[in-house]
Amino acid sequence: MAKEVSIIDYGMSNLLSICRAFEHIGARVKIVGTEEDILSADYLVLPGVGAFPDGIKELGKRNLVEPIKQFARNGKPLLGICLGMQMLLGKSYEHVETNGLDIIGGEVNALPRDMKGYKVPNINWHSAEENKTGDWKNTIFENTENGTCYYFVHSYYAMPKEEKHILANSQFGDLKFASAVKKDNVSGTQFHPEKSGEDGLKLLKKFIELL
Amino acid sequence: MSPKRLIARLDIKGNRLVKGIHLEGWRSLPKHPNEYCYDYYIQGIDEIIYVDAVASLYNRDSLKEIIRKTTENVFIPITVGGGIRSVEDAYDILRSGADKVAICSQAVKTPELISEVANKFGNQCMVLSIQAKKDMNGNYEVWYDVARERTQMDVMEWARKGELLGAGEILLTSIDAEGMEKGVDIDLIRQVSQVVSIPVIASGGLSVAGDFVEAVNAGADAVAVAKAFHYGRVTVAQIKEKANLMGINIR
Repeated sequence: MAKEVSIIDYGMSNLLSICRAFEHIGARVKIVGTEEDILSADYLVLPGVGAFPDGIKELGKRNLVEPIKQFARNGKPLLGICLGMQMLLGKSYEHVETNGLDIIGGEVNALPRDMKGYKVPNINWHSAEENKTGDWKNTIFENTENGTCYYFVHSYYAMPKEEKHILANSQFGDLKFASAVKKDNVSGTQFHPEKSGEDGLKLLKKFIELL
Repeated sequence: MSPKRLIARLDIKGNRLVKGIHLEGWRSLPKHPNEYCYDYYIQGIDEIIYVDAVASLYNRDSLKEIIRKTTENVFIPITVGGGIRSVEDAYDILRSGADKVAICSQAVKTPELISEVANKFGNQCMVLSIQAKKDMNGNYEVWYDVARERTQMDVMEWARKGELLGAGEILLTSIDAEGMEKGVDIDLIRQVSQVVSIPVIASGGLSVAGDFVEAVNAGADAVAVAKAFHYGRVTVAQIKEKANLMGINIR
């Protein structure tokens, strides 16, 4: 039977693209927006396009903060994409200091604007390199070639407090930043796997094979 | 050097892929636009730009249908432009599956639309489309309404203003080079890239792989290719191979 992926709709994402990508790899997609649906999900995706404070506000308005944190604790796979990944962290300094879901310790900071030749927003394909402390086995990157390229659109980047929570790094000028994170059953990508061609689809396919 | 992107640009009229010269005299190509798009995706293109060639006021259903179908088998960023006149129009296009909107004429007429779209959907979503043409004195002037109306506005000033208003990228089309297959407008690309700090997509004139390198060396962050792809004069692989050979960082 097809795996069912629950995608959180809180009014701030490219929901259609994410749905299409999961459908394409053979998953059934369910759009969710209530505590009940989130807690009964097998695979949960927290997408996101936009500013951090708005994202947290929208989740809060819908009473989804606690259910997402509870889902993360129950051990089933959770994937944050772009802003959805950033919101997994402790806090962000986008516009104003705002607390995140704090599922993975750390914070979100602005990309430097003084990297010669590198522009903000960073709209580009970057290669993802395996973090030296990490191991891609049993992660969304399993069987992925080191240095595979993915599509990024962002002005802020995540800094997990613990090195071991960094799954992959990418390079923005001299800055090495976490382009994917992982803590136990919770993963996140700064890039958009649903917009990264066949290589991105491969990650999503791995995600629905994690259980 | 930051990575550079290779983009396929598809100008659409009704449900056909079309190609003109200097944004005029459109001719239809034989296959359905979605077939070209999928073909470029499989070849490894980094991004797709659809432009409603006639910026049709009414009946945009066929364009939306093309976008919707694209999202079913093409998993890379899609930008859509042509005839977007309001935040509602932008929302309509984004809801059909586009990731970004490119706005040209209405931004000239009401520049605050740039800020409205950027505030509503984020800067990364708001692509300012500029149609540039060299005037008699050698200065670049902004044109609009599919290169039919002139503004007497300087391209560099407009690009800077667009960035200040919140545009996240600039789609820079050289009307002079467009459809000519005689190379890109180096001078235009260099001048615009120097005055803005947001990514610049150079469009118009690429005919051989070396033109990609020239555009990048002049400062382009991405290059959009139309005719040369549609007529099979050059392939995605040829351009990427050439770029690699010249030390350009590309997927």
